[in-house]
Amino acid sequence: MILEKRTYEVVFIVAPTMAEDDLNQLSTSLQQIVTSQGAEIVKAEIMGRRQLAYPIGRVNEGQYVLFELTGNGSEIAELERRMRVNDQIMRYITVRVDLDRRRADKFKAKRVRKASKRPGYVAPTEAAAE
Amino acid sequence: MANGFDDIDNPLVDRDNDGPRGPRNFERNDRNDRNDRGGDRRGGGGRRFHRRKVCGFCREKIDIIDFKDVRLLANFIPERGKIMPRRISGSCATHQRMLTEAIKRARNIALLPFATD
Repeated sequence: MILEKRTYEVVFIVAPTMAEDDLNQLSTSLQQIVTSQGAEIVKAEIMGRRQLAYPIGRVNEGQYVLFELTGNGSEIAELERRMRVNDQIMRYITVRVDLDRRRADKFKAKRVRKASKRPGYVAPTEAAAE
Repeated sequence: MANGFDDIDNPLVDRDNDGPRGPRNFERNDRNDRNDRGGDRRGGGGRRFHRRKVCGFCREKIDIIDFKDVRLLANFIPERGKIMPRRISGSCATHQRMLTEAIKRARNIALLPFATD
């Protein structure tokens, strides 16, 4: 049985006290964990420091990191376990995005189809399709 | 954090909603969508004008509302921190659902407040 590939977005908040080098190191080590489980990192981005909308454990600031990865879901369990254990990580959220994206593509296709039926339709050029 | 009123000319928010009896803009040159079919403007007789609002997300052709896009989401949370209802924002059901989901996710990772006072 072939497990379908799923795409996830993981955002987590690291304590503001963590130095930049340590943060980079943490990010790469988490990426290694994920890839060793068989997932693929699509994007890993340190979004930077940000004021939190509400304090988490008396802390008002956080460093946001974003991962985008594809896998079958078991990597997420491992990644989340690691993040839970790490007390430098204040919060994390995982969102499955492939379904939403597929739906968005469908909407887009539908729009194109509708537009092509409209009278006076001009086929979009390369630049317009961008 | 920005309280959401810093970019007032965001096209997604219908800021020129003058209330039920406010002045109306009768020149409708913003009809760019087939769902944008003006209002059932039946003048006179004390019947109040009702302009059919068009979902800003549909107009802008936004298919995915990203929970990380704080600048966009902040337009839909008034000072109190609540989610702006559909009757005010004018979003369609599909987009309001997506918006609600996105705001709740953003709250979870402290990008948006749960409540402010």
